[in-house]
Amino acid sequence: MLSQPFMQHALLAGTSVALLAGLVGYFVVLRSQVFAGDALSHVAYTGALAALAVGVDLRLGLFTATIVVAVLLGALGGRGVADDVVIGTTFSWVLGIGVLCLSIVTTHRAEGNSTASATVLFGSVFGISARDARTAALIAVGLIVVLGLLARPLLFASLDPSVAAARGVPVRLLGPAFLAVVGATAAEATQVVGALLLFGLLAAPAATAQRLATRPWHALALSAGLAVASTWTGLTIAYAAPSLPPSFAILAVATGLYVATLVVTSAPGRARTPRVCA
Amino acid sequence: MDVHLSWNLVNDLRQLLEFHFMVNALRAGTIVAIVAGAIGYVMVIRRQSFAGHTLALVGFPGAAGAVWLGLDASIGFFGFCIAAAVLLGLAPAGGSGQQSAAIGIVQSFGLACGLLFVSLYHGFLSGLNNLLFGTIVGVTDRQVLVLLIAGVVALVALAALGRPLLFTSIDEAAARSRGVPTRLVGIAFLVLLGVAAAGASQVTGSLLVFSLLVAPAATAVRLTARPVVGLVLSVAIALVVTWLGESAAYFSSYPIGFWVTTFAFGLFLLANGYRAVVK
Repeated sequence: MLSQPFMQHALLAGTSVALLAGLVGYFVVLRSQVFAGDALSHVAYTGALAALAVGVDLRLGLFTATIVVAVLLGALGGRGVADDVVIGTTFSWVLGIGVLCLSIVTTHRAEGNSTASATVLFGSVFGISARDARTAALIAVGLIVVLGLLARPLLFASLDPSVAAARGVPVRLLGPAFLAVVGATAAEATQVVGALLLFGLLAAPAATAQRLATRPWHALALSAGLAVASTWTGLTIAYAAPSLPPSFAILAVATGLYVATLVVTSAPGRARTPRVCA
Repeated sequence: MDVHLSWNLVNDLRQLLEFHFMVNALRAGTIVAIVAGAIGYVMVIRRQSFAGHTLALVGFPGAAGAVWLGLDASIGFFGFCIAAAVLLGLAPAGGSGQQSAAIGIVQSFGLACGLLFVSLYHGFLSGLNNLLFGTIVGVTDRQVLVLLIAGVVALVALAALGRPLLFTSIDEAAARSRGVPTRLVGIAFLVLLGVAAAGASQVTGSLLVFSLLVAPAATAVRLTARPVVGLVLSVAIALVVTWLGESAAYFSSYPIGFWVTTFAFGLFLLANGYRAVVK
């Protein structure tokens, strides 16, 4: 399996994106910004389709759209947490523009576009090229470094914003900065599992880790580990059973782990109150 | 098809109603807008936008699965949306982060299943975009009938649920202490939300249901604080947005999803502007 070049590229891109998504996802769940993450994943679709409609590199559209909208969302909400009604209304309109771009792409640009929309929505990790996989890995490493710099103040600000603000943590700046990282992560993950499914990679491992570990740093590491494990298992399953799309297999493993954890942690006798987040 | 938009409104209307598919689209749109406007308003007040969004998206695997098995897409839309609503209602309580994460996991796993069904049913790619982003062609007479029945049932149920639902939405603790079964009311409302989302999916597509479910309600909330007036206003806005969107899609070469979301967002911005001026 590992001798196949397409599998090596898939593993390289998949592992780096999963690592990033697991780390970022932990903070997304901790800060109750799951909905914002979801919105950004939909924005990624519009970004990619707009890039296709204009005829520029897909990644340019992806990263520009997600990061701009992320900063906007962060700026709109007072404490860097935007109102869910504003998020919902805005992203449904952004998605509407995505549909417009889709109709432009399908009517004006003939070459190989019948599948472009589906590829952006659901990813095609087995079709990723060596160069794209390396670029994805490099960007992921860069984002992980940025997140590492943000991590300590971000954790503080997430758990107790008022105390953190009193201790001089720039809480107002951290919100938009973190959302920008989430946006970039969404753009990254779109290339592997697709715009519609990347959100599972953000939420599922993080929610599982929060139920299993009580200490923040342990949970953070566990979340990243679970995301990578889900990706490896999913890719292996998809390799063994070609009728299963790889994105589906990855998501199925991540969801399965969450459900199993849910059953174990809420079983009678082992009742354990989940960590209530600030 | 040769249609032109002109200043003669009567002529425009005649053109609009010339084809049976368009009449059906307008009928379906009207039913869907009324239901989505009303239920969406309660959803916005209850701050359950994320759950509504998830229920809307879950319609996609339902429809894809139904098509794969050779069934009617309506069955898939309603079946999956209602099942997901019950699932969300039973979701574990916990921190707000955990709860929304659970909703998110239901959503993305549902979408992943949709992908699986689509790839198992080969040659379905053109239908994929219609399921996700909606289309004005291809609403059948039977679909209109199913939508009508589901819509009437949902509105009657909403009216029956009205008082305890409003009480629970405004002050859950007080409602519980007065003997209102808040958990049951919550699950019942999620099921109604599922029905509304499934209906709207068939007009705007699964990904854009939100433009009918949340935007009209959010606009209404910004214009009035009175619940009943807000509910009526939300329905009216949803109707206007749907009719305008469907007509624009008919007369232009751009898809309905773009028009409906754009009109909905435009009205939302106008309402925000109005509030900023009045205050």
